Amino acid sequence: MTFSQDLALVYPEAFLAVAAMGLLMLGVFSPAASALNRVAIASVVVIGITAVLVITGGSGAAFDGLFLSDGFSRFAKVLILLATALAIVMSMGYLRANKIERFEFPVLIVIAALGMMMMVSANDLMSLYLGLELQSLSLYVLAAFNRDSIRSSEAGLKYFVLGALASGMLLYGASLVYGYTGTTEFAVIADRFSGGNEAGVGMIVGIVFVICGLAFKVSAVPFHMWTPDVYEGAPTPVTALFAVAPKIAAIALFLRVMTGPFGDLAAQWQDIIVFISIASMALGAVAAIAQDDIKRLMAYSSIGHIGYALIGLAVGNEVGIRGTLFYMAIYLFMNVGAFACILSMRRDGREVTKISELAGLSKNNPMMAAVFALFMFSMAGIPPAAGFLGKFFVFMAAVEAELYTLAVIGVVSSVVGAFYYLRIIKIMYFDDAAEPFERTEPVMKLVLIGTGLFTLLVFVFPQPLLSSAQAAASALFAG
Amino acid sequence: MQIDYLLSLVTFLPIFGAVLILVLARGEQEVSYRNARWMALWTSLITFMLSLFIWGGFDNQQAGFQFVEKVEWLPSVGISYHMGVDGISMWFVMLSTFLTPICILASWKAITVRAKEYMIAFLILETMMVGMFCALDFVGFYMFFEAVLIPMFLIIGVWGGKRRVYAAFKFFLYTLLGSVLMLLAIIAIYFQTGTTDIAVLVQGADIPVEWQYYLWLAFFASFAVKVPMWPVHTWLPDAHVEAPTAGSVILAGVLLKMGAYGFIRFSLPILPEASEFFTPMMYVLSVIAVIYTSLVALAQEDMKKLIAYSSVAHMGFVTIGIFSATTQGMEGALIQMLAHGLVSGALFLCVGVIYDRIHTREISRYGGLVHRMPAYAVVFLLFTLASVGLPGTAGFVGEFLILLGVFQVNSVVALFAALGVILGAAYMLYLFRRVVFGKLTKDDLKSILDLTPREIAIFLPLVILTIWMGVYPSTFLDPMHASVDNLLNNYSAALDAAANTVAATK
Repeated sequence: MTFSQDLALVYPEAFLAVAAMGLLMLGVFSPAASALNRVAIASVVVIGITAVLVITGGSGAAFDGLFLSDGFSRFAKVLILLATALAIVMSMGYLRANKIERFEFPVLIVIAALGMMMMVSANDLMSLYLGLELQSLSLYVLAAFNRDSIRSSEAGLKYFVLGALASGMLLYGASLVYGYTGTTEFAVIADRFSGGNEAGVGMIVGIVFVICGLAFKVSAVPFHMWTPDVYEGAPTPVTALFAVAPKIAAIALFLRVMTGPFGDLAAQWQDIIVFISIASMALGAVAAIAQDDIKRLMAYSSIGHIGYALIGLAVGNEVGIRGTLFYMAIYLFMNVGAFACILSMRRDGREVTKISELAGLSKNNPMMAAVFALFMFSMAGIPPAAGFLGKFFVFMAAVEAELYTLAVIGVVSSVVGAFYYLRIIKIMYFDDAAEPFERTEPVMKLVLIGTGLFTLLVFVFPQPLLSSAQAAASALFAG
Repeated sequence: MQIDYLLSLVTFLPIFGAVLILVLARGEQEVSYRNARWMALWTSLITFMLSLFIWGGFDNQQAGFQFVEKVEWLPSVGISYHMGVDGISMWFVMLSTFLTPICILASWKAITVRAKEYMIAFLILETMMVGMFCALDFVGFYMFFEAVLIPMFLIIGVWGGKRRVYAAFKFFLYTLLGSVLMLLAIIAIYFQTGTTDIAVLVQGADIPVEWQYYLWLAFFASFAVKVPMWPVHTWLPDAHVEAPTAGSVILAGVLLKMGAYGFIRFSLPILPEASEFFTPMMYVLSVIAVIYTSLVALAQEDMKKLIAYSSVAHMGFVTIGIFSATTQGMEGALIQMLAHGLVSGALFLCVGVIYDRIHTREISRYGGLVHRMPAYAVVFLLFTLASVGLPGTAGFVGEFLILLGVFQVNSVVALFAALGVILGAAYMLYLFRRVVFGKLTKDDLKSILDLTPREIAIFLPLVILTIWMGVYPSTFLDPMHASVDNLLNNYSAALDAAANTVAATK
């Protein structure tokens, strides 16, 4: 393969990397007052172009197998780019209101998006790590972006320390894998174990460490401890970003690593994933009940959702991966929508995050309450909201693979989880009205309507999304 | 006259009305409320008129599904939007469309806050109920089955009584826990048989027996909560007491039928061996429900609670009838469900009438109403007696057929069930005596007014139907025969086949 052929496959990433630097320049040379706006708009445009490049891009491995572009990575990348673009759009009002209008914000998100794209295209333990770190470092800074706020700084530091620990574990695992296979290339690792070759203890330990590192990145139990604190402390639009884009990227990476290089060792790691999945679902459901801060609640909710998404990985076949991808796509819209609501919870120029502040929202702002309720029902998995289909397909995969315990615990914890989602609806609809929030920004309204419509429309016409998830899942197993 | 897509029209017209209300009923609060009420009433009336075409065009001789519609929904998984009715589900569609306008009328004056949202919730609820009875795809059925929870949760929680939040949560979570297990069973059946098409599955699904037991229990978890059967009935009194009057009517009238409908539609035809295996358990639980909850009803001080417990007892009869697996028992169960839908709905409306005036449901706060409200007393008496099962009213036909059916297979169960009839008479007449008869001593009752024209308009259709069903039940039974016979034939054929294989392997 020639260099130009290689380059053709990484066009989107290359473009994004160059554009990120361009955006920095744009920010520096713009008048301070309008820098943020300009850079933000330009970032969204850049992300849009990148998405087009991704969709029209070709398939194949580049740079001696370090980088892989296939249907799976394209599916994940489109979701990631969509999530990051929405995060930038939603953050503008917040940055302005909290006087942290720095143009670096959208640029950092763009760089994080680049890292995430590298993650899902990684085809080698080295490129995996590089993508992951590029993403993580940008996110650490973003978490501490409101540097005058103690809690934001604390969140950033906490995220950094624990994230570094996880990266360390991942690296250690990778080094063990390298030590026992003599390679970092996914394809070669997979070959080593393809003919029914047994994996030695060292190799297994390596895999376990890799799983630990990845579980941390997706915030699955028992590596979830950072999530509530970081979600609570980070500026809300950053939380909105954390809840979606990095999760999708990390899940995609997780899927790739487990089904690719370690695919033939599924018997060794399946039980671990089953356990992580069950623990995440259960903890996500139970721990969220006691929360009174909406951001913490969303943290536990996302832990629970990751548990459901991991059911598909625990199944480990095409049907399972399809379920996970479908779940993550719907998860994106539900979460973006829910965070658009949370970001609109402002009173007297300040944001409020207590759940009880939502009281009587159905009277003060019926439209927002209705959409928020829709997202809550969707997250609880009640039809006719798209979240139901997400759960339906992962449970379908679990039943087909005869993982009955996993399926039963999954549905039961979805009932427990329904309790706290219902509690939010209860506060919005049953309780007496508190003071109204400030007017919702027009752009938030757009996001709310868009994500809300999507949540309903996917339910009415689920086939296109399912087909894309199916195609992505097949691509993962084709290679 | 043939209308294309009649079932979809009947199902989704209410949603259309709800959207209209959302968009059009604006302006000042009073004006928008009035518009919302009228629009909801007209929508539900037109829906009811349309549903009459289902009855009119229904072919009594045909056992299979009629008015069938099928549109691909998830072709790659083989799930479709599939609608159709047979003799079993047709009447429940009618019952839902019939009760909704009555409920909307009954809420005319009682709902004074957020009337617009209330009407929207009710119309959405109607869509979900009708859709559930029409759905011929298992996944579609499940979606409607669960989606019913959302509007009902809001109706109880927003417009309910003092403990509405508790009741709404209990209702929602109880039912949800049951139904998620059913979801897994549906998926398992899909992998066993390769289809979620109910029309195919009810012809006999040939699921291995060892599977059937688990699947049956999963269905049981869902349907028993919905029916509700003892001992998972405890959500019902709470939900009934806290729900607004119309909410109670729909809850008793239609939502409780969803569980029994599930037993008839799914448990018996798809899982015949397991159904036979668990029949004794169903008998025992049903008999306990009939006798125990009747005794509990006798001790109630709250009128709605009393009627709620009586619902559990009456639904106990229904499950006995279903699992007797005889023509009489099954048809009796169906008629009993329809009758109970009308009668208990009407009884809740009767409670609503005096609750709207005095704002209490405590039985001891009433007495001697007959002196001030003669028309009300007559109506209340009629429905009390119908609930007791007086010949000539709807309640009698169902109970009689059920007893007839179960006597053929198990006379002991019939004996205990008959005991329930006596207890039913006891608590209902006791209630009636305490509320309506006696001396008029309470001061605030001395100026109480009799039924208004609106209330008479609400009760009149219920009275007519209750007597019609009691005097000439054939109208209602005739469309059922073919479908019920077909179901029971399939059921016994499946059991015979299973017995033969067991004999052959021995």
